[in-house]
Amino acid sequence: MSMWHGGWAGAHRGGPPPTSRGQHGALDAEYDGDILGAPYDARVIRRLPKYLAPVKGWLALGTFGILLRSAASLLVPFLVAITTDRFILTRDFSGLNIMVIAFIGANLFMWLGQYLESLFLAYAGESILFRLRTEMFDHLHRQPLSFFDHNKVGKLMSRVQNDISQVQELVTNDIISIITSALMLIAIAAFMIAMNPSLALITLVVVPALGIIMFIWQKYALRAFLRVREAIAQVNDQFQENISGVRVAQSMSRERVNIQQFEGVNQANLRANVGAARLQAMMMPTVEILTNVAFAIVLVVGGFQVLDGVAKPGVMLGFLLYIQRFFQPVQEMAGLYTELQRGMASGNRIFELLDIRPEITDSRDAIELPAVKGEVRFDGVSFAYEPGNEILHDINLKINPGETVAIIGRTGAGKSSLTGLIARFYEVEKGKITIDGYDIRSVSQQSLRRQIGVVPQEPFLFSGTIEENIRYGHPGSDHDDVVNAAKAVGAHEFIVHLEEGYDTSVGERGGSLSAGQRQLVCLARAMLASPPILILDEATSSVDTTTERIMQRSLRRLAKGRTCIIIAHRLSTVTSTDRIIALEHGRIVEMGTHRELLAKRGLYYEMFGALAAQDLQPGLAS
Amino acid sequence: MKVLLRLGIFARKYWGLLALAFLCLLASTAFSLIVPRMLGRGIDVVLSSGDRSFLVVAAAVVIGAAVLRGLTGYGNTYLAQLVSQKTSYDLRNALFERLQRLSFAYHDKVQTGQLMSRATVDVEAVRIFFGMGLLGIPQTVILFIVIATILVMMDWKLALLSLLFMPAIAWRAIKVSQRLVPIWLKVQQLMGALGTTLQESLTGVRVVKAFANEQGESRKFSTDARVLYDTDIDATRQMAVNMPMMLFLLSLPVSLILWYGGRQVITQQLTLGDLTQFILYLGMLASPVRRLGFLVMNLSRTVSAGQRILEILDTETQVKEKPGAVEFGKVKGQVTFDNVSFGYDVMSPTLKNVTFDVQPGKLVALLGGSGSGKSTIANLIPRFYDVSAGRIMVDGVDVRDVTLNSLRRNVGIVQQDIFLFSATIRENIAYGALNASMEDIIAASKAAHLHDFIAGLPEGYDTWVGERGVTLSGGEKQRLAIARTLLVNPRILILDDSMSSVDAQTERLIREALAKLIKGRTTFIITHRLPIIRNADLILMLKNGEIVEKGKHNELMAKRGLYHQIYQTQLAASEGKELAEE
Repeated sequence: MSMWHGGWAGAHRGGPPPTSRGQHGALDAEYDGDILGAPYDARVIRRLPKYLAPVKGWLALGTFGILLRSAASLLVPFLVAITTDRFILTRDFSGLNIMVIAFIGANLFMWLGQYLESLFLAYAGESILFRLRTEMFDHLHRQPLSFFDHNKVGKLMSRVQNDISQVQELVTNDIISIITSALMLIAIAAFMIAMNPSLALITLVVVPALGIIMFIWQKYALRAFLRVREAIAQVNDQFQENISGVRVAQSMSRERVNIQQFEGVNQANLRANVGAARLQAMMMPTVEILTNVAFAIVLVVGGFQVLDGVAKPGVMLGFLLYIQRFFQPVQEMAGLYTELQRGMASGNRIFELLDIRPEITDSRDAIELPAVKGEVRFDGVSFAYEPGNEILHDINLKINPGETVAIIGRTGAGKSSLTGLIARFYEVEKGKITIDGYDIRSVSQQSLRRQIGVVPQEPFLFSGTIEENIRYGHPGSDHDDVVNAAKAVGAHEFIVHLEEGYDTSVGERGGSLSAGQRQLVCLARAMLASPPILILDEATSSVDTTTERIMQRSLRRLAKGRTCIIIAHRLSTVTSTDRIIALEHGRIVEMGTHRELLAKRGLYYEMFGALAAQDLQPGLAS
Repeated sequence: MKVLLRLGIFARKYWGLLALAFLCLLASTAFSLIVPRMLGRGIDVVLSSGDRSFLVVAAAVVIGAAVLRGLTGYGNTYLAQLVSQKTSYDLRNALFERLQRLSFAYHDKVQTGQLMSRATVDVEAVRIFFGMGLLGIPQTVILFIVIATILVMMDWKLALLSLLFMPAIAWRAIKVSQRLVPIWLKVQQLMGALGTTLQESLTGVRVVKAFANEQGESRKFSTDARVLYDTDIDATRQMAVNMPMMLFLLSLPVSLILWYGGRQVITQQLTLGDLTQFILYLGMLASPVRRLGFLVMNLSRTVSAGQRILEILDTETQVKEKPGAVEFGKVKGQVTFDNVSFGYDVMSPTLKNVTFDVQPGKLVALLGGSGSGKSTIANLIPRFYDVSAGRIMVDGVDVRDVTLNSLRRNVGIVQQDIFLFSATIRENIAYGALNASMEDIIAASKAAHLHDFIAGLPEGYDTWVGERGVTLSGGEKQRLAIARTLLVNPRILILDDSMSSVDAQTERLIREALAKLIKGRTTFIITHRLPIIRNADLILMLKNGEIVEKGKHNELMAKRGLYHQIYQTQLAASEGKELAEE
């Protein structure tokens, strides 16, 4: 569906780098669009009945339609043959009338059959699509965050979009078509043999020839087709990237080089396409030549038989018409072989994904977490994204209700992991985390997360209006609630100055707003949800002095009356908290207030003391 | 029509190929017309004279005609494809080149997604036209005329009877396509929307989970999927009704001929062979007539797609090189703004009468809130935009009098949003200096304090950056951009907010890298962090596009104006004094 992969940048920031594969539900194949499977894969077939069962009525009707159409279409040459021999050549006018009516009747049945076929198979197909899509969507959303650390959004998208429609094709088109095409061939052969066995056998010699040619052709065509796909994807990638990076290109005067490079991939694409065109152009002539060879055989052999009195002229006519009908199913079957391979491969990928069990599930006797005061406790907690590579070691920590703590540490110290554990985005390896004394594994994830607000570092907004975004965590709230929340965090000011105010729609990733503004909307969203525990990953991107001041104020407002855990990067944020926790290499190395930690001359002093001092000195061009 | 003509100009280069393709098309049509004739004759011979040798000759002619038709048909299909591919190749190149050269003003206005759809969907529509429509429409018309003539010559009554239906069927085919195309377009659009919902929900999965809103997302997705389902079903229903009906309609003339022709054969006014010919010729018309609907729709899509493509190709870049613009050598680095104003809109300029002069090697700081015009000044120096009034001079030469390349080689800019290309780290660093040796690259990344980080990666400088490779942190990106600029070695350097507050450690690294970078260059720096620029040679305080304060740190502090005020607040914030207030 998507012709080019645009803008699906890495889905996450601050989590572990998505390096390891093969664990934690990481999907195997890196580029998975084009791999072919076996034409018949029992693992896939076995899974299909579940999806076929609800639409079996439609499938039956559709298949009936195909049979009706095929039968009617097979009848026509037979009718022509009979008309000729029995009525035209015997000069029977009334017989001719009956036969013409029968002919129209056959065409009516064809109409009906085709109608049933295209309608009900499409119904069935669309329902299967709908079902698989929603099932996959829900399934993906049940996965813990670690799953998304290991699987890139682009790849998941291609599963949901391309693979699912491939499977739908497999079910409602490929399998049925291959069966009906085969039936059709057998029936045609049967009719021809019934009409004139010897002529039939000689004529049918052409069919295996065509089958073999088609089969070989298909292999080359597939390869050419894959090359084309790859080439055009490269063209589009380059095109897109160079538009996105046009400012860099111009500032470094790279236009000419870029144009040359693009011509290169474009040329490769041209070559791939021309190669494919060469193959494609061969198809029709081949079929036609073989058709005509069959015609010639009928003309000579059939003609001689008629002259010898062995066959009737009408039979010759019927044969000519059957030959016309023979080649379509053969062609179709040759093409379907690859389609089957593709469908099976897609099916495998889909079911592989659907089979991944979410690592974090509610325990069977999980209770609803009642409204909490907000005491968070880490009790000997260790954690690893992958076994053997522990990120946090034996963390013991108690955060009191209403307290605001700052977590500081260098990149990779484990700050995000620590906070991610509280909302149970990841599962602890050892030890336990309790909230108001409840082990977080003993309560339902829903009830847990409803009481924890998380403001991520990269402010993520959904496409929709600002109001919808603020309301996201609290769908029942009205406009006044939204405005109040925005006012509380100081977002109201800038929002009302936008042309459409709260109804301003924010595009892909909040395009029209500045980073600071996006952050403010996220804060308002958290404010409205008003959770007893708030986790905030401070944005590192620079904002101007005014915005920074507004943010500081809104942070304090937000923190009031709730437990607040901030991953802090700014000195001004750190100094405004009750307690500072310094992490290094997955351990808590220091804990205390700004003054206490400064006096210690440890990690904190190194990170922030230096910054505080630096700020008072000339920094550049020293 | 005008659009088609202009698109035709793109294919003009290939007129020889096109003409050849058309010749092949005519020949293959002619050869294909031989077959029904031979078959019909053959049947008559069987029924009457019994001339066996004629049957053999007829069979040989049928095969011969098929082979010739195959070859010419192959030539036609292949050549038409060749021309269409070459044309789309040219179109893509032209689009790419134009877009690379269009100035920032253009790229500020259009979205990448839109441009991509021009380069993909629209180019493809035009290609299909060149591959099928351009020859397909005349082919259908010629085929129709020739077959009609043959049939009329054989038996005009029968011919009239069968051909009367054709225009009606063709008209119907066009109507059906006209009705279906908007539905298909809607399906496509809904599919895009569903994709967006999915993508957003997966990209924002942290937010979804944080608010425990999986069910809400699921509802939204299934609503979208349901709408798509309904529209798809609607399209299906239309197809299911119309396509089989078309086939039925095509069978009606055959029934009529069977009946009327059959009677004539019985009364011996027509031979059985002629009747067979009739039916076979009619069969040859079926698929072109059905395809007509598609071709006509393709024609109208080509026109609108072509319009959109030409719109881009017709856009002139606003920043144009003067004829006879001179090459700049290595400049000294003096930058002068002489009463410069700038704005997209004359009524509300973003920059008003800005005048200043910077001597080579000096450090200039640009300060001001968002929208004050800092970035505009930065972007005007390398002439990403053209001034509306006044002039900008480098070493005393108006920037509009020199070639763009030579100007921009002298001006390096590290943008606020750092864009890296999906390529290796090495390629990214050498982006602006293609001839740089590995030593140069390493030296630049050492100077940017990036070498240690790169050396620590398993694949070092060959590590792939971007979606399929490593994700760099903000600080790493920034240092890479600095290394990239260092390698170009420009005399004038512009740093647009390159000091975003990454963590303290990283910031120190960047600062040190910058200190090296600016040495000996005229530097413009845009930042919110005042302490960094305290020793700037010139501080320009901007507000609403005007310079409100100008001078060195001490002078501005003494003035007790806007600069002083901002400086005080920032100082207070970093000392945490503000906290005590509440």
